[in-house]
Amino acid sequence: MRHFFAALCASILAAPAFAAIPHDGALGFQPAATRIAERIHFFHNDYVLWIITAITIFVSVLLVWVMVRYNRKSNPVSRKFSHNSLIEVIWTIVPALILVAIAGLSFPNLYYQDVVPNLDKIKTESAELLADGKSAEYERYTKNYFPDAAEKGFINVKAQGNQWNWTYSYPDIVDADGVALEFVSNAVHKGTPEDKQKYQDSTGRTNYDSLPRNLAVDYPMVIPAGRYIRYYTAAADVIHSWTVPAFGVKTDAVPGRLNEGWFLVDEPGVYYGQCSELCGIDHAYMPIEVRVVPQAQFDQWAQLMLAGDYEGAYSAVQTIAAIEPSTKLAANH
Amino acid sequence: MPMDEIALDHHHDAHDHKPGFFKRWFLSTNHKDIGTLYLIFAMCAGVVGYTLSGLIRWELAEPGIGPMLWIVEHLQGVQGDAAITHAKQFYNTVITYHGLIMIFFMVMPALIGGFGNWFVPLMIGAPDMAFPRMNNISFWMTVAAFVLACISMTVPGNSAGNGFGGGWVLYPPLSSTTGHPGPAMDVLILSLHTAGIASILGAINFIVTILNMRAPGMTMHKMPLFAWGVLVTAVLLLLSLPVLAGALTMLLTDRNFGSQFFNPAGGGDPVMFQHLFWFFGHPEVYIMILPAFGIVSHIVSTFSKKPIFGYLGMAYAMVSIGVIGFVVWAHHMYTVGMNVDLKAYFIAATMVIAVPTGIKIFSWIATMWGGSMEFKVPMLWAIGFIFLFTVGGVTGVVLANAGIDHALHDTYYVVAHFHYVLSLGAVFGLFAGWYYWFEKMFGIKYNGFLGGLHFWLMFVGSNVLFFPQHFLGLQGMPRRYIDYADGFHTWHFVSSIGYAITLVGTLVFFIGLIEAVVRRRKGEANPWGEGATTLEWTLPSPPPFHQFNELPHVTNKGGH
Repeated sequence: MRHFFAALCASILAAPAFAAIPHDGALGFQPAATRIAERIHFFHNDYVLWIITAITIFVSVLLVWVMVRYNRKSNPVSRKFSHNSLIEVIWTIVPALILVAIAGLSFPNLYYQDVVPNLDKIKTESAELLADGKSAEYERYTKNYFPDAAEKGFINVKAQGNQWNWTYSYPDIVDADGVALEFVSNAVHKGTPEDKQKYQDSTGRTNYDSLPRNLAVDYPMVIPAGRYIRYYTAAADVIHSWTVPAFGVKTDAVPGRLNEGWFLVDEPGVYYGQCSELCGIDHAYMPIEVRVVPQAQFDQWAQLMLAGDYEGAYSAVQTIAAIEPSTKLAANH
Repeated sequence: MPMDEIALDHHHDAHDHKPGFFKRWFLSTNHKDIGTLYLIFAMCAGVVGYTLSGLIRWELAEPGIGPMLWIVEHLQGVQGDAAITHAKQFYNTVITYHGLIMIFFMVMPALIGGFGNWFVPLMIGAPDMAFPRMNNISFWMTVAAFVLACISMTVPGNSAGNGFGGGWVLYPPLSSTTGHPGPAMDVLILSLHTAGIASILGAINFIVTILNMRAPGMTMHKMPLFAWGVLVTAVLLLLSLPVLAGALTMLLTDRNFGSQFFNPAGGGDPVMFQHLFWFFGHPEVYIMILPAFGIVSHIVSTFSKKPIFGYLGMAYAMVSIGVIGFVVWAHHMYTVGMNVDLKAYFIAATMVIAVPTGIKIFSWIATMWGGSMEFKVPMLWAIGFIFLFTVGGVTGVVLANAGIDHALHDTYYVVAHFHYVLSLGAVFGLFAGWYYWFEKMFGIKYNGFLGGLHFWLMFVGSNVLFFPQHFLGLQGMPRRYIDYADGFHTWHFVSSIGYAITLVGTLVFFIGLIEAVVRRRKGEANPWGEGATTLEWTLPSPPPFHQFNELPHVTNKGGH
């Protein structure tokens, strides 16, 4: 998928940035934006979905067959058998083997997405592969691990769930006094006609009509493209859950706990998610908007936010610059 | 399982002195009357729960907040900005009580209290349940619990309105004073405590009855599979409900007496509640489905005119589902921040359950194989059950994989999955049992055309209702949302159309019931013929007020 996006964006550089948003009538996942999501999609769409479809069709065919072949008309006298050890052993062993086959792909996927990668290990392991001249192995390795990004270290972001908005903080981005960047991200409400006026009065912006209902926020979380993101979730009052479907990540924000996760997005764009643990009356109105921008744009946004120029920072990430395809991590392989 | 030689007492009619109306129905100690009371109660609670689900589908047919606002403004008289807030709280209470009522006051009373009470003693050749008066108190405590649940909906929950709006899982801090300081949650805790005690008493009654009161010659390994299903269910209830009771009590003391079990500020942990809840909650889903498994086994055997294939495998598949069901609970909690190795364990344990479930599906098909099938109404429901339970089962295998569940947890994919196994599984099993035993219980015949129409409307309607929810979940539609992004509209609309079809089906169900009562076509002792081999078919329809005054002797010439 990432290759597809790379090609797509290279061909239409001037087009508006990619947005991950639910599509009406869609049957499957939103397009994957991270390696985590790609692996989930492969595991589901190209593996488990086939297996469960085959099982369902198999059972349906058997049901139809017995209904056609063994009804009162076609088989007036029923047979009386009630045992067949061989078939019973088969239908115990074969499903067990199918489950083992599913687990064989399930566990590596789980550990890949659930364990925050050790960047030093990625640097040394990839360097060793290159030094040994194992280019095929290196290529395979860099499908899942990104040495260039590992060089630059993590960007840390904390998402704290509140009733009913998210507080994002960036512990590594500090002002002259050492105070970390922290801001509250509220939904842009589109329920009543007054909502538009309120939004325009409080922000001075004119983009209200272009914002997707129930997904857009006033101050989005912004992260640089092609960087390892380590995120933490916490909660101030009740349990919330932070998720972006296109990233394939979802982590509950639980009071008294600090949960962590990671992802890396290569493709600049706007990605939406919604709180995924019932948290009270406005559970449906605390969306998550993540704007993935090139590093330079991210730095500019961070400086403006630190300086307190929230509107300037918002404008700075409105038009998302495309990334030169050759600098993408995906271009490495 | 054939009972080749059954000796019966034919003199019971002479002793058939039924008590007067009040004494018979309000102070009942007769297992059949209590079973009927449970069925009537479950029907009433089911109408309430089903109406609540109708409100959900009505609200979600279109994006934005519509019907909930109308209800709050016109029926509760709240106006202005407060109306929107109240509408949101009202929606949350609707989804919460829909789940609780359907589970605790519809499926469980119908399958266990209703059919369990009616047919466990008949099938094992017992004159009644072991503890008839405890049976009575179980029923009336369930009624009291339901009344408390209804009261809980009408007393203040929080500043946004009445009722508890935190989902049937009752997670703190939303269910503690942080989220719902009002009395609604306390009343709900009382309701669930009462329902829990009722179920524990019922479970004890079933276990003792099944272990001690089988007719001479009816060994455990000759016992009908429905009795096996109820036995395993009763053991699950007995072991899991006290854990729920413990969690609820801790919540109650957190709310009222300053304890800090689930409050992180006092050193507690909200996730501990989730562990305790799901240690009950996961066996609970098997509690709802195992009696349906038993019913489907009998129906498939009866209408194929064949003994159940792999009887012992079927019985022990249920036992192993019950045992494994106790060690998989945290697959409901993959996103709470558990250790990755723990998740790996719960993936493995959860997937193991697919093996005994597969044994059951294939054994049902093998029972039909070589049979001489008649597609009477109960058989339609049973075959529908097998197909729909397979669909719900395979999506369960998908969700068991934490790697995928991270994407699908708390989305409509999960909603689709558990409605396929419960709303389409347990409820189809329930209707299968209803049509299978209707004539036996009430001594009158239902209209086969209306029964078939009911089935087809429900089969089509519930698939249209729930299948598109898989698509919504994959696209990322979160659960428990009163309003959704515009990209989710189409499938939500289709889903609501499906509800409308099931609504017609439900009307046909009640028309069929009324038609049968009005016409009073006299029922036969055994309308199903040679395939119906369990003991209840040896009695007249309806069975005498007291049966088996002289115990039947079960011998086994042919073997199963």
